[in-house]
Amino acid sequence: MTSKERAKREFSLVINGEPKTLRAHPMERLLDVLREQLGLTGTKEGCGEGECGACAVLMDGALVDSCLIPILQAQGSNIVTIEKLAGDARLCALQEAFLECGGAQCGICTPGMILAAQYLLNRKPRPTMEDIREGLSGNLCRCTGYTQIFEAVAEAARRGVSA
Amino acid sequence: MRSDPADCELVAPANLQAAVSLLADDPGSWLPIAGGTDLMVQYAAGTLRARKLVSIWNLPDLRRVEVLPGEIQIGAGCTYTDLREHAVVRDEFPLLVRAASWTGGIANQNRGTLGGNIVNASPAADSLPALLAYGADLILISVRGERRLAYRDFHVGYKETKLAPDELIRAVCLPRHFAGYVSYARKVGTRSAQAISKVCMAALARVEGGIVYDVRIAVGSVAPVPLRLTETERILDRKRVEPSIVALARKTAAAEIRPIDDIRSTARYRAAVVSNLVAEFLEKLRAGDRP
Repeated sequence: MTSKERAKREFSLVINGEPKTLRAHPMERLLDVLREQLGLTGTKEGCGEGECGACAVLMDGALVDSCLIPILQAQGSNIVTIEKLAGDARLCALQEAFLECGGAQCGICTPGMILAAQYLLNRKPRPTMEDIREGLSGNLCRCTGYTQIFEAVAEAARRGVSA
Repeated sequence: MRSDPADCELVAPANLQAAVSLLADDPGSWLPIAGGTDLMVQYAAGTLRARKLVSIWNLPDLRRVEVLPGEIQIGAGCTYTDLREHAVVRDEFPLLVRAASWTGGIANQNRGTLGGNIVNASPAADSLPALLAYGADLILISVRGERRLAYRDFHVGYKETKLAPDELIRAVCLPRHFAGYVSYARKVGTRSAQAISKVCMAALARVEGGIVYDVRIAVGSVAPVPLRLTETERILDRKRVEPSIVALARKTAAAEIRPIDDIRSTARYRAAVVSNLVAEFLEKLRAGDRP
């Protein structure tokens, strides 16, 4: 075992409902652990500095950018990624609405958009358009345009999205 | 280039006492990290010099809000979301709530902390003018004990503060005597969310019979530290809002700031905006608006 390996520590988290134990350096980003160790590549890296929201996940129910979280601060937490929302063969209501409203194009921002939208709807099942704009203000899209995305969230809210 | 996680040590003490003990063992060698919204950006860019970090994220002693009869003590580890959701903060300190809502996006607000914003000491930080306007005090803690100082004395220069290497900010205290004050907050930037301000202002005053009292105007992004416009406040005190006083206040405000040209704006634009915001605040006072 190299000295770098020795500096790794063991962490336990619940990821998408499943308890996981893994070894990592305490400063490794949650984003890298999710993508590289656990193969959960639905979470994207955009800017890597908390500006774009592509790496958004839910940590203990709160929307966070996983690029800004050292894995040590996620110890013992409950993480939900896009793989949980989009887990089975059937699309979730938000995905369905994004598809119908043209809210996704290249797809890089979409997992973060959907997580941010889910977080919003968990807290405000009947959001106004202003709530939607604010809820998604930390998520950048460079191709679809925001109007279809906001409409998709409003449509999902109309249909009723359960957590 | 990103820093190598193997080169960085990060530990998580179980409580506040353990955190300050660690800082005291080797003052200056440990860097506290809370929500990471500033430090993890530096880490990702490879510009974070510290190699030993101590996590103070979610320490219960730092995440409490204590509501006392005369003041509210906000734990330095409270997030912007905590501030936005706290009933007393929402009712009595709308300037702070507005500033919290402008900070980053929702994900940043769930992680960024008030104490972190203060210690990071950016002159552009959105929450700091609100603390200046409310006349906040800070409680600092170390193994040597606690001390309390006025927030307005905390920043001594660009990114320089009075925090000793073995200290943490424990709480931010706001006096509860602003019921009935007119409050005014405005951020001028590329957009409200995410973008860093070109100018942000938080202002307060009491209006009785058309006369303004206890005027407090604080501005960010116009000097090396967040500023109270004390000269402008002085000339406005106990005056009626009339065109001549508005003109004088505009001129005084533009003269007492020290803005610079940078990637976000120019000194000239910032001075013009500050003068306009002062006029807008005074118009709100004249109209006798409530927050």
